[in-house]
Amino acid sequence: MKKFFAQSYLWLLLALLYAPIIIIGVFSFTEAKVLGNWTGFSTKLYTSLFSGGVSGGLLSAVENTLTIALIAAAVSTLLGSIAAIGIHNMRGRKRQVITFLNNIPMLNPDIITGISLFLLFVSIGLTQGYITVVLAHIAFCTPYVVLSVMPRLQQMNPNIYEAALDLGATPFQALRKVIIPEIRPGMISGFILAFTLSIDDFAVTIFTKGNQGLETLSTFIYADARKGGLTPELRPLSTIIFVTVLLLLIIINVRSRRAARKMENI
Amino acid sequence: MTNQNNCIIKIEHLSKAFGDKVVLDDINLDIRRGEFVTLLGPSGCGKTTLLRMIAGFLKADSGVIAMEGTDISDTPPHRRPLNTVFQRYALFPHLNVYDNIAFGLKLNKVPSAEIDSRVRKALKMVSMTDYEDRDVNSLSGGQQQRVAIARAIVNRPKVLLLDEPLAALDLKMRKDMQMELKQMHQELGITFIYVTHDQEEALTLSDTVVVMSDGKIQQIGTPIDIYNEPVNSFVADFIGESNILNATMIRDREVEFIGHTFECVDEGFGINAPVDVVVRPEDIYIIANAENAKFTGEVKSCIFKGVHYEMFVETDKGYELMLQDYNAFEVGSTVGMFIKPSDIHVMQKERTCNTFEGKMTSPTTVQILGAEFECGECGLQAGEEVYVSVNFDRVELLDNKEDGTVMGEVEFILYKGNRYHLTVLTDEGEKVYVDTNDIWDKGDIVGISVAAADLHITKRV
Repeated sequence: MKKFFAQSYLWLLLALLYAPIIIIGVFSFTEAKVLGNWTGFSTKLYTSLFSGGVSGGLLSAVENTLTIALIAAAVSTLLGSIAAIGIHNMRGRKRQVITFLNNIPMLNPDIITGISLFLLFVSIGLTQGYITVVLAHIAFCTPYVVLSVMPRLQQMNPNIYEAALDLGATPFQALRKVIIPEIRPGMISGFILAFTLSIDDFAVTIFTKGNQGLETLSTFIYADARKGGLTPELRPLSTIIFVTVLLLLIIINVRSRRAARKMENI
Repeated sequence: MTNQNNCIIKIEHLSKAFGDKVVLDDINLDIRRGEFVTLLGPSGCGKTTLLRMIAGFLKADSGVIAMEGTDISDTPPHRRPLNTVFQRYALFPHLNVYDNIAFGLKLNKVPSAEIDSRVRKALKMVSMTDYEDRDVNSLSGGQQQRVAIARAIVNRPKVLLLDEPLAALDLKMRKDMQMELKQMHQELGITFIYVTHDQEEALTLSDTVVVMSDGKIQQIGTPIDIYNEPVNSFVADFIGESNILNATMIRDREVEFIGHTFECVDEGFGINAPVDVVVRPEDIYIIANAENAKFTGEVKSCIFKGVHYEMFVETDKGYELMLQDYNAFEVGSTVGMFIKPSDIHVMQKERTCNTFEGKMTSPTTVQILGAEFECGECGLQAGEEVYVSVNFDRVELLDNKEDGTVMGEVEFILYKGNRYHLTVLTDEGEKVYVDTNDIWDKGDIVGISVAAADLHITKRV
């Protein structure tokens, strides 16, 4: 009986957490213009989404979101990995301080990060638009990459870099042939994390996108909602995004579990 | 100069400090071509640091490492014609056995057919044939170490460096690998520089043993020399079991210790000179009949050690000796003992009392060891520079560290038959030597104090 209550508590909690998403998902399969009206099962919104039945604004917003996320994730993976290797080679206090400094931007509220970046771009006179959004996304994604690469470096046998040098590798060859393969799983997880964070972002983007008409998905939906009523096609779109993010998260988790199991076998 | 050509690595005046701590202090070492050299010492003695400098992972503060006559001090590790076997193997986890071993050859652009034959030969050498495709993480510790050795020797280095390669293996495996390494050394003919803290391993494997302690080389010699003729009490204590005793060299070939006079084979120490004597436990003959013996004693303990029994005997003059014999003697029984003259090894005493450099701070106080000591009237004025000497048995060690004039940590303990000779490291990094009957443990923090009358002050000129 006790177990039953414990179980139902868990399910209730999960239901509350996922209810909004499930509602969007369910109502993406109906034609009603207003969310909440069920007019029978239909995949019309999906077909309309993919056959150009929606405004060009939405599609270009989706495109912007994806390209920005890809660029930001790639660049922050590169920067974050290099930074992690640097931090790993530091000793004592210096390392603690840098690790701490790396953690602050992650704890900082997005809105503050957004305003700060906005002020920065204005003060150095950078025209706000696509470039500034990419730069801003790189800035807030990089610490997460550092965080996901660091554990791989810590697990690594510290002598393998020296072993590579000893066998005739130049420092660059040792990095490429030994260190990178060792931290690659962390880099991939970091990339996926950065990608999802970038897609997800609203607060930073709204402050750095300028007024040249650049929209990402999140800012587009916000503007759309304010104009009066959500475009119905946003329902299937949200569902697709949710499923994609869910898949990515499952991949990250499976990967890290597999890595942990591999470590145990050694 | 055949000797010059024979020398493959020459180390001159090599020093290194990490912050304030000196880890290598003016090391000079010649390593001959084809030799099996072991750097032996307790942890923290600088042996691994020295090896890492030869490999090129660390830079010396001063001094030169020359290989075949050329200075390689500034050569980065990847350009040095030597290879290392690391303590924790350091295999590349993302590569299989074959690719691990081929790593160095591929970097050197060796043709792939040659790589293939050399890798297979190396695997055969370490008895790992047919393991090419295995994932290195699936191998046991011993197998990983074999792959690590193969990965190093496949490059045909001029010198192979081994950093405690067997430390992580169990005893049986270690013994097997020792024999294999020795055989491999003979077959390959390359110079091995081997680091270990295991004295037995060093004696078994090496042509030459370099005993190190405190960043200094204590003794260089063949295993037999090191065991039979240790130059000081540290080496005698570190290599094998030993009785180290205070002694007086009465004249050539005659030495007095544990209250008896013995005939010995050493000469040239002078008359009535204080010396240290080393007697190995297996060199003291023990008989049940006490009457015809050189000296007698009472058996205090007797422990079976496999091949022999290890006994502690209190002699007729109150000294405690360690003995090893194939026969057991009953605890409490009186036994007779004698020692052959050739089994008594006489060593110069490193020091006979503590000597510190200091400065008078007033006519009755002196500054030594970073603190002020009362010293009584000695006719010297404040500011004069002095030497202060204190006998070993006049230094007082106190349980309560605040009670002493300075604080120190017990660093090294030597039992001398009837008392302990301790080395105490003060906070300022100076060493104070103490003779005491009290039992202290290594690492104990103690207070050090000296009575005013026991400070002997002489003016420094």
